[in-house]
Amino acid sequence: MKLRVWTLLKTYTVLVYIFMFAPIAVVLVLAFNSSQFGGFPIEGFSFRWFVKLSENEAIIRALRTSIILGACTAVIATTLGILAALALVRYTFRGKDLITTVLIAPVLVPETVLAVGLLIFMRWLHVPRSFGLLLLGHSIIALPFVVLVVQARLTGIRRDYEEAARSLGANPLQTFFAVTFPLMLPAVFAGALFAFTISFDNITATIFWRPSGMETVPTQIFGMLRNSVSPEINALGFVMICITVGVPLMAGALARYYMRNTK
Amino acid sequence: MARVELVDIQKSYGAVKAVRNANIVFGDASFTTLLGPSGCGKTTILRMISGLADPSSGDILIGGNRVNDVPIHKRNLGLVFQNYALFPHRTIGENIAFGLKYRGVPKSDVTRKVRDALDIVRLPGVEDRYPQQLSGGQQQRIALARAIVIEPDVLLLDEPLSALDANLREDMRVELKAIQDRIGVTTIFVTHDQSEALAMSDSIVVMSAGRVEQIGNPDEVYNTPASEFVASFLGASNLLPARVLGRDAQGVALETAEFGTTVVPASRAATLGDASRGQLMVRAEKLFLSDGPASPDSTQAVIEAVDYQGQLARYFLRVGDTQLQAINMISGRPFAAGGTVNLTLAADECSALPAKDA
Repeated sequence: MKLRVWTLLKTYTVLVYIFMFAPIAVVLVLAFNSSQFGGFPIEGFSFRWFVKLSENEAIIRALRTSIILGACTAVIATTLGILAALALVRYTFRGKDLITTVLIAPVLVPETVLAVGLLIFMRWLHVPRSFGLLLLGHSIIALPFVVLVVQARLTGIRRDYEEAARSLGANPLQTFFAVTFPLMLPAVFAGALFAFTISFDNITATIFWRPSGMETVPTQIFGMLRNSVSPEINALGFVMICITVGVPLMAGALARYYMRNTK
Repeated sequence: MARVELVDIQKSYGAVKAVRNANIVFGDASFTTLLGPSGCGKTTILRMISGLADPSSGDILIGGNRVNDVPIHKRNLGLVFQNYALFPHRTIGENIAFGLKYRGVPKSDVTRKVRDALDIVRLPGVEDRYPQQLSGGQQQRIALARAIVIEPDVLLLDEPLSALDANLREDMRVELKAIQDRIGVTTIFVTHDQSEALAMSDSIVVMSAGRVEQIGNPDEVYNTPASEFVASFLGASNLLPARVLGRDAQGVALETAEFGTTVVPASRAATLGDASRGQLMVRAEKLFLSDGPASPDSTQAVIEAVDYQGQLARYFLRVGDTQLQAINMISGRPFAAGGTVNLTLAADECSALPAKDA
């Protein structure tokens, strides 16, 4: 009896995972299908859609935009996130709870609402839609994740490291760069990656904020899908999966390598 | 090297008074211990001297200069923490050299000074290792080396031995004291461990609930406690309500229900004043058990329990309704629980304290 329940549970779990990952697997497989149409059956193995992709200027432009946008978002959100986390963990001040809520709020507010809100605000200020606005918006969306990750790490760094550094003659700024920052580096790294992938993946808010004529990879795919399912999209999907999965994995491996060398 | 003075130091956190009116002088090159239970304010005092906390009122003087407004990194102090606080991302060499970097010491001197500091703590040649590769005791020595290499005016130690296991703690105690003697730095040591305090200190500051209870050398604090708190916190003692029968230049006669009349030396009755009631304090090791014949100044007691400790035994006794403790050397075999013995006390080594409600 007990065995049957376990078997049932296992089967169910496997089915859920298949449901989740099968579409991804389909995209990965179909990216190499030589068929004219972006679907089954598979006719042969080919890189032709990747070649076609690399010749598609619109997509290359979109990819470049996405990467620049993601990198800038990572830099801004991480910098602000570190400063916010430092303030929240290391200092007491009035309104701390309120500020924490405000910082985390973008996670809770539906993205559409956030997108429309920022847009209306910018219109009121007579600021036209631009790359800058897009970057600002993405940074707002990514900031809470950075704050949460860095905050968690900072809470775990005992204060006496910093106090020891101070007692040895380092001023507050020197203490930060000599002790606090190196100790929270893994979280900073993780936060930056989070910010990059969140920006790279984002479509809902991006549609509202991008200036006309500017495409990111997700909006480009979305645009292409409106006409037909081109096999190029499968290839592009393959590339996106490689970036969003590959970058964190690579960073993790780098971090481990770095840690081993210092220990 | 410098002497440290606290003048009317108060520290409150909201309504809580962590330190009340502390006036303490830490002598130049002396080893002073702040002793008390947790929450007594000893760590708060250490943090105020180091600059990690600001006093609510009062002045802190180091070497005669008021340092209240001097930030911690300019006070030139060596600070050693309970959890060592060695920087995990730096090698031992880098950890020790950390403070030298901010003092503009030339590179060639840094290497030499780091080596010398490691020699002092008897851990030569570990410069290239990382803190987590060393044992707790070794890490604590590195923390000490890091604090003394900058030649601080004052060395502050915050329960540095409490994270070590018992045997190591006793070794480190001897070694720490020897190092302090050698470099002669004014040292302030915080602990809740009375044996550490008694063994290492030139002077002990006993604290309770934010108040300084007594300042004195280990002998004074142990043998002539200034208050009931000090008497009960250090060592094991028996406190018995007593009536003052009379006093002269030599001593004070106290009458207790358990031991009749006991004459305590005047030097051990200073806090009693001219009160008519007080307490007789008898150290557990000054109360002697015997199974010989009763004498005029002995009292009969029943042994309720025996705590055997090898060369010593701790007896829990009852005289009438009063519970007493005695610690005696064992000659032959310890007295058995349940038996009756005769108790005598060493009157010259008892003290008189004010009555409980006074």
